Amino acid sequence: MGTRTNARADPAGAVTAGLGRSRRSAGRLPAQAAIGAFVRRHRLAPYLLLVPSLAAVGLLILWPTIQIAVFSLQNYELPQVSGAQPAQWTGLSNFTAILKDPEFWVSLRNSCLFAAVVVPLTLIAGTGVGLLLNRLRRAMAALVSTTALLAWATPTISATVIFFWLFSPDGGVVDWTLARLPHWLVGSTDWAGFNWTNAPLPVYTMLTLLLVWQGFPFVAVSVLAGLKTVPTELYEAARVDGATPWRVFRRITYPLLKPIFLVLLLLSIIWDFGVFPQAYLLTGELANRDEYNLGIYAYQKAFTMPPSYSLGAALALILTAILLLVTVGYVRASVRQGALQ
Amino acid sequence: MTAIPRRPGVSPRTSRTLRRAGINTLAVVIALLTLFPILWMISTAFKPATEIFSLTPHPLPAHPTMTNFHQVLNGSVIGYSFWRFFANSLFVTLTAVVASSLLALLAAVAVARFRFRFRTSYLIMLLAVQMLPQQALVIALFIDFRAVNLLDSLTGLMLAYTAFALPISIWMLRNFVATVPKELEEAAAIDGAGPARIFWRILFPLVAPGLVATSVFSFIFAWNEFTFALTFLGTDQVKYTLPIYVTYFFNRGGADWGAVMAASTMYTIPPIVFFLLIQRRMAKGLVAGAVKG
Repeated sequence: MGTRTNARADPAGAVTAGLGRSRRSAGRLPAQAAIGAFVRRHRLAPYLLLVPSLAAVGLLILWPTIQIAVFSLQNYELPQVSGAQPAQWTGLSNFTAILKDPEFWVSLRNSCLFAAVVVPLTLIAGTGVGLLLNRLRRAMAALVSTTALLAWATPTISATVIFFWLFSPDGGVVDWTLARLPHWLVGSTDWAGFNWTNAPLPVYTMLTLLLVWQGFPFVAVSVLAGLKTVPTELYEAARVDGATPWRVFRRITYPLLKPIFLVLLLLSIIWDFGVFPQAYLLTGELANRDEYNLGIYAYQKAFTMPPSYSLGAALALILTAILLLVTVGYVRASVRQGALQ
Repeated sequence: MTAIPRRPGVSPRTSRTLRRAGINTLAVVIALLTLFPILWMISTAFKPATEIFSLTPHPLPAHPTMTNFHQVLNGSVIGYSFWRFFANSLFVTLTAVVASSLLALLAAVAVARFRFRFRTSYLIMLLAVQMLPQQALVIALFIDFRAVNLLDSLTGLMLAYTAFALPISIWMLRNFVATVPKELEEAAAIDGAGPARIFWRILFPLVAPGLVATSVFSFIFAWNEFTFALTFLGTDQVKYTLPIYVTYFFNRGGADWGAVMAASTMYTIPPIVFFLLIQRRMAKGLVAGAVKG
């Protein structure tokens, strides 16, 4: 064993073994053997294996993140993109402009309220289905899990277009159904031909149903996977003691699955807070300003004429910072579960 | 069994049967609710216009027609057939899946088999990077792609998809690599097998199920991806991928729900077939990757 410790290779590891020794096959070029020896001596194998993925992630994810931060402090608009004028540092002026913009506060409010409603609903629906799947007999479990899988497999854009059609004022089945239900149940609104897209509340109701439909299968499958690890004796003991189902959930299931719930909670917040494709389409492709969320607002600033990449970048940075706070929670939760071993 | 609390006058068996019936009814209701949007899409796709805008919608078409599908396939709305965009989506998705699986496998071997400096930082970086919102990064990527002429290009899209599929793929695959017994590789090395041989003959076949599970995620991601495609494929309609095509169709044909549903039905078939084929494996992959991670 050499004295360098920067890369302590696992002596039994696959590629260690290969890269290191056993270069006995005939016809190998001396240069190749020399490279092999060099790699072994400096324990470069893991780094060489990481280079391709690191290059891809670095160039296409990390570097753009840095750029977003840079643009947000500059005046980066059409002349700067085309190279006609150099970009200038403008300090925090983009951020002060955003904080003064009432549209920013509307979109921040929409994002927060939406996440506050959708995340719990998705978790409750998914957990409910997960618990149900755990109690169902084989055939019924197969039925429910297959339909959930179909909802999950449906591409985002298909799902969005379907919901648009279900909620369409002309010929949509939702308006038709609501118009036929008794008033005491659905309120006295004239539901026939009700337009769901021209005010924030109906649009976000639609978006909520869409995202719960798309999101609950993942929660259900994860919760089910967790439930399979709970020792059945615990439930038997609780049953013998005559515990109610709610008490069993509160006292046994929830504490044991807490790490899974935490990860699901954080992931759902990250996915739903600035949700883009579904919201972009349902709110009429940037047409209705009072229906923006943070993701749409950043996109609109950056890509509608005249494009202000700097304002878009500043907003994107604010969105990223909010999600990063959540991410820190996610990473800490994962590390605590021993995910890095 | 005797300790089940029971209501007076109801035998334990009846109570159990009732409860089972209740649970099964609930299951059927949930399954129907979940399936309803998909069924409605398919049924609308087969309805003639008169039935689509009928004042009383019916769950099934009374006179099923292929008109909507013909309209989508002969390209009467956008000028190109559905197959043009299908081919674009398939190209971008498959190349991205293969590229990201390969890069992820290399990285997964490094992370699962070696202990080296920056290993933990690398893993935390991967975890954090997954959370960066695409709708934020798209602004910078648009400017970069513009600078290197990758706008309106399927290659550019493929590169972006490869990179964005990587973190979750590496994260999931490393668990699969870790389960392959090291002794096998050791034995092969002692017998004189080189690194390439060990990789292809021993590690690769054993990690294959894991690769299938991670490919599902990359496939779904690339097949579904909307934000990048919307932004990068601005003007060149021939290059559109299916999600952009479906929404374009949906805008132009505003009221033509039959055609939109036919297009989105065909767009939805590949991932659904894919999911059903590997349903079992995917559940396992999820357990190994998503839940643990």
